[in-house]
Amino acid sequence: MTYTHLLRLALPEVIIVITSVIVLGVDLFILRGSTIKARFTAASLIATLGCAAAIFDLVYAPQQAILLNGVFLSTPLINTVQIILLALSILTLLLSSESTFTDHVGEFVTLILFATIGMMFLVATQDLLILFLSLELLSLSLYILTAFNKHSPRSSEAALKYFLFGAMSAAFLLFGFSLFYGLANSTSFTQIAAAIQASPLNPLVIIAIVTTLVGFGFKVAAVPFHFWAPDVYQAAPIPAATLIASSSKVASFFIFFEFMAIALNGTSGAASWHPFASGLHFAAGWTPVLALIAAASMILGNLVAIRQTSVRRLLAYSAIAHAGYMLLAIVAHTPQSLSALVYYVTTYALTTIGAFAIVGVVEQQTSSDDLSSFNGLSRRAPILSACLFVFMLSLAGIPPLAGFFGKFFLFVAVVSTPGLVWLVILAIAGSAVSLFYYLQVLKRAYVTNPDDDTPFRTPPFTQLIIVLLAASVILFGCVPNLLIH
Amino acid sequence: MLAWTIYISFLAALLLLLLPKNNAAAARLLALLAAIAGFAVALTAFIHHRTGELLTIARIPWIPSLGIEYHLAADGISLCLVLLTGIVAIAGILFSWNIQHRTKEFFAFYLLLIGSVYGVFLSYDLFLLFVFYEIVIIPKYFLIAIWGSTRKEYGAMKLALYSFVGSAMVLVGLIAAYVASGLHTMSLTGLAQAHFSQHFQLMAFPLVFVGFAILAGLWPFHTWAPTGHVAAPTVASMLLAGVVMKLGAYGCLRIAMTLFPLGLSPWGFHILGFGSWRDVFAILAIIGIVYGASVALVQKDFKFVIGYSSVSHMGFILLGLMTLNQIGLSGAIIQMVSHGILAGLLFATVGRMVYDRTHTRDLKTLGPMNLNKAIPFAAITFVIAGMASMGLPGFSGFVAELMILIGAWRTFPILALCVGLGILIGIVYVWRAMQKAFFAEPTHTSTVAHHEANGHHASEALPPITLPERLGAILLIATSVTIGIYPQILLKLIVPAFNSPLFDGIRRGSWQ
Repeated sequence: MTYTHLLRLALPEVIIVITSVIVLGVDLFILRGSTIKARFTAASLIATLGCAAAIFDLVYAPQQAILLNGVFLSTPLINTVQIILLALSILTLLLSSESTFTDHVGEFVTLILFATIGMMFLVATQDLLILFLSLELLSLSLYILTAFNKHSPRSSEAALKYFLFGAMSAAFLLFGFSLFYGLANSTSFTQIAAAIQASPLNPLVIIAIVTTLVGFGFKVAAVPFHFWAPDVYQAAPIPAATLIASSSKVASFFIFFEFMAIALNGTSGAASWHPFASGLHFAAGWTPVLALIAAASMILGNLVAIRQTSVRRLLAYSAIAHAGYMLLAIVAHTPQSLSALVYYVTTYALTTIGAFAIVGVVEQQTSSDDLSSFNGLSRRAPILSACLFVFMLSLAGIPPLAGFFGKFFLFVAVVSTPGLVWLVILAIAGSAVSLFYYLQVLKRAYVTNPDDDTPFRTPPFTQLIIVLLAASVILFGCVPNLLIH
Repeated sequence: MLAWTIYISFLAALLLLLLPKNNAAAARLLALLAAIAGFAVALTAFIHHRTGELLTIARIPWIPSLGIEYHLAADGISLCLVLLTGIVAIAGILFSWNIQHRTKEFFAFYLLLIGSVYGVFLSYDLFLLFVFYEIVIIPKYFLIAIWGSTRKEYGAMKLALYSFVGSAMVLVGLIAAYVASGLHTMSLTGLAQAHFSQHFQLMAFPLVFVGFAILAGLWPFHTWAPTGHVAAPTVASMLLAGVVMKLGAYGCLRIAMTLFPLGLSPWGFHILGFGSWRDVFAILAIIGIVYGASVALVQKDFKFVIGYSSVSHMGFILLGLMTLNQIGLSGAIIQMVSHGILAGLLFATVGRMVYDRTHTRDLKTLGPMNLNKAIPFAAITFVIAGMASMGLPGFSGFVAELMILIGAWRTFPILALCVGLGILIGIVYVWRAMQKAFFAEPTHTSTVAHHEANGHHASEALPPITLPERLGAILLIATSVTIGIYPQILLKLIVPAFNSPLFDGIRRGSWQ
């Protein structure tokens, strides 16, 4: 094992690091005098090329390796997830290529790339230390990105809130990790699993599990650790909000699953409910806790979303509800549920990027993300509202869109685990409620008459990306095989 | 070939969106052509159908990892309902010839709805069926919310949520069946032979049955129907009562009863005299029949009368399903077709012929307008449709209700008497509405004279019944009379279908 070998293994990540340096350099030395728009276009194009190169490497020269007890892994599954992350970053970058909200263009794009690097390492590890480091890299980038719109005090406020919550949850996570380390004398997932197998549930392990759950719960915005989400979704610049809502979710859920399924498999317990035999049967372990968190997220997210008038906040609460659905996959923690989770979170991320992009355009034209800004969208921007139609219905889980298949695979996987039917019933009931608020948005766009009839001036490139996203949501719906391996 | 009913509708819906703006005439024409083409395809298949045959249209793997197939097939029951959809689709477009507001979008949603309805009737893979079933909800919502009248947004949302809750229950049942069978298939024929345990069937059956029956207007989950019908534009009411409610009844038969026949078996104990789900749903169906008819009796709004009559007539279908004998089940299918035609006709008369001209549906206001003189065609149509819906011999309603009554008599003799009561009330409410709306007697007090003058004035101004309306009405009446005089045309398809292996479970249950 030499350093060149190591660098070869981590080539995709290395490419992104180099790209970020190039982006900074080009923006600093070459494009200093250009307009903000030109700089954004140039920077995001360079970054896109870098991500594309990394994808190219992952597709055509995939590596197989497990280094140092799982400090760094490269398996087909992980490569797939990394490709998904890079693709989502590309979409975010392309959609931000026409932004004008800041003059620190190079830094903004670089931070998006740093977050991407964090996510790529995050999914490629089975080691507590690297997990924590890459999670922090991701989180710190996201805090700064959230605060990036200096003209908006709410952006800073949201960032501060995000940072304070995040820092606290990081402390919880680290505390839990230190206990695991003390128990296993190792930071590797498999060693921890072995140690826990040897000495099941003692108070120390319980404390470690609880604090870890708090930390991860914050990252995925599950109830009761969700308070930051609505504010951040509402006030962050659109590209930052997009990144938080999409690829950061993919990475966090993936590693959350891996950690729970590998390191803590021995203490999973049971959260099954046999209505006629023994009632709600909770065996001590982390699954009952997680099952309750998931149930709370589904209920609260869906119910509170009904009351929202800001579309961004509505998406935030819907994200909380979706986090609840996705947690079900972790509660089930079977191989089948992992693939269902990856499908679900990927299609969810695609849909959310599209929805946020449309909110971004609407905000640009009407300077508000209130529901009333969407009045009569179908006549002011027919193509955009057709895409909105697709995204909202996909989020609600209407076939034949990707969101429905995601839910279906997920629910089938969860039901296959004995005793979890009650969670699925709750989830399906929740998605029945969710149709109400998604239809509220569509009602504004299609039914309500517009306040003024002037057509939108949508940037053609943004519109193209949005249309592509909508097409992919339909495509993954009609031909779900494309994503299931 | 039959699959083209679906594809034509979807393609035409897409084409409509691409049409240039403000070209209402072209949009109407395109929609009409698509509907006629769909009907022609359906009719061809109907004529060429060989008795008892299960016609496989397409069967290709769709999601192999879950064993889900794109499987379209049709037996006699599906064919009857596909034909019904074709007829109602044409009539609906004829009756919406006067839509001026956002015409393109209207017909696009319309055809999307029709295409998905075809899809539901032709699917033999449960997953595929569910997909089509859910697509139906969305155009339904927008048709009502954009083009509707009285409290349209409320009615549309209520309808959408009721449907979605129903389909959520169905989804739970389907996933449970899929996992419990362990067969790794979603095929209807596959799962029908899965032999689920009786315990499982007793739990899954009511879930799926109620899930579908919500859309079929099962009492007490029917409340979406009257508000939805009243809020909807005429054509949407026609589709809603004509075919969408049939989707629910079809699902009850095709999925709930076929997959979980043991769900109908006795529980082994009695609560309040109910010994099985079969008793429960039969009673609910009868309550629906009597309740719907009684409420229709006291309505002031003309459209509410028809809305509640739909609930009553759908009760017959559900009762027919619960008889579990051949004559009752066949009667249920004929009632589906018959009610699809007649409800369409009634809604068209009330909504298009009367309301679009007088702009009121209040029976008190309509009376003095002397409508039987002003628009005699509407009056005649309503009389014919009303007679048919009362169950006068010679019309489809008679055959259907008679068969259901015979079937019910064999299984639930006492309850069949209550149904008779429902039929009696049915005659009264139709007479009442007919008399109040079209044949109100002129009165001689001064205030009413004033009213009458107004009414007379208004009646002069009423535009005459247009050609498309006449064609639509004639099409529907002709269909009803054909079935009424020669029910064999449907029965020769339906009865062999019930003898197919798919219904083994039900037959084993209580076929005598």
